[in-house]
Amino acid sequence: MIRGWRLFFEEITKITRFSLRFFRSVFKLPLDVNELFRQCYSIGYKSFPLVAITGFIMGLVLTIQSRPTLAEFGAESWLPAMVSVSIIREIGPVITALIFAGKVGSGIGAELASMKVTEQIEAMEVSGMNPFKYLVVTRIIATTLMLPILVIAADAIALYGGYMGVNLKANVNIHLFFSSVFDKLCFMDIFPALIKTVFFGFAIGLIGCFKGYHSGKGTQGVGESANYSVVFASLSVFIIDMMAVQITSLFL
Amino acid sequence: MVKIEHLKISFADKTILKDISLSLKKGENLVILGKSGSGKSVLIKCLVGLIAPTEGSVMLFEKNIFDLGEDDLNLLRKKVGFLFQSAALYDSMTVRENLEFQLRYSKSLSEFEKGELVRSMLASVGLEESMDKMPSELSGGMQKRVGLARTLITSPEIVLYDEPTTGLDPFTSREISKLILEVQKKYNTASIIITHDVECAKSTANRILILKNGAFIAEGSFKELNESTDKEIQPFFNQ
Repeated sequence: MIRGWRLFFEEITKITRFSLRFFRSVFKLPLDVNELFRQCYSIGYKSFPLVAITGFIMGLVLTIQSRPTLAEFGAESWLPAMVSVSIIREIGPVITALIFAGKVGSGIGAELASMKVTEQIEAMEVSGMNPFKYLVVTRIIATTLMLPILVIAADAIALYGGYMGVNLKANVNIHLFFSSVFDKLCFMDIFPALIKTVFFGFAIGLIGCFKGYHSGKGTQGVGESANYSVVFASLSVFIIDMMAVQITSLFL
Repeated sequence: MVKIEHLKISFADKTILKDISLSLKKGENLVILGKSGSGKSVLIKCLVGLIAPTEGSVMLFEKNIFDLGEDDLNLLRKKVGFLFQSAALYDSMTVRENLEFQLRYSKSLSEFEKGELVRSMLASVGLEESMDKMPSELSGGMQKRVGLARTLITSPEIVLYDEPTTGLDPFTSREISKLILEVQKKYNTASIIITHDVECAKSTANRILILKNGAFIAEGSFKELNESTDKEIQPFFNQ
């Protein structure tokens, strides 16, 4: 029991040091802009199809599931507003972040771990390059920048999915649907939700890089790094979300 | 160029290297011969600051590398080439990109000059035609040669070879040993070659140090050590 807590606090200390190293390195020039763009493309653009499909299904299913309950109270006309608030405030950012953690977090963890195991990181280090800056800083910036963009895209597609869901049992004009959606949305629905996705992206990148960079030896180490990256990144998404909800509620 | 004094490295309760001292002169090929697990790779990694010593000092170009900050150490590392046992090529990059990567922050060369340098380095190891291949498409010997070209592209003054012939067939091993000698002659580099391969030691060494259980037990030329009647030295040469 005591050993477990000690390991837990050791891990927290290590990840804190790792994030401090990130903040020290991120402002130090030169930043490898080409690699940053490559990572943004690989992390952001290549995740888009998965995020788009998930978003569409999310909107469609939420609409279909919510309709009977609202119909019981004769409030079917509230369906677009209810779906949009749920998606934009909570479900869109969290589900997209979880999908992102699964795809990108594990990918970063496995990639860096396999580079570590095959001495590629050491090879960069001994040639006087700064592998932390090249591999870690660019990936964390890319996840931090790309997740909010993916969430905006996923939200838009989810709303379209919601529109399709509404039209399964009714005939609602797209303009009417979206005017009902935007009538009920306000700044405090969109802004905090977007801000928290920045923190989600940062946490997913940080944990993936940390686990990969400090991987154990052999193929087992690579597997564990990929696995822990997803588990801890997903957990961190929920923890950050809980904190974000508490903070947002102070202003509402 | 390199001076190690009273180096000791321990992990947990286990002592890997005990009171190691050595020096390396310009243009010299120093071979450290030892069996697996004798601490050879730990020693060579300590030389470039990848592993910190428990005691002692490592001087590169008259600077103790463990007193240097990250930026200064990186500057110093640019003067040292390191060929890994596994070649450690970046597997997401082509052969050309592997070499270009070393020149990434070089401001003194234009893009054209960088391209020409990559081409000439690959030609010098006989792999110009493999420029656009991925490392996974190359054999072990070819990977080692690309690794060597990547190591030499920044014109290092010291080259460290970690088991350069391990895992290669005798013919390719001889080719790599020949390349090591060519590098020494062409670029006048000083080299430390860590190996357990006596043939490689024979063809490349100006001086040999024998490492056993974390300590040097003998020093001399290949001829001197090969003719030694010392019972501790003999097993290394009668393989």
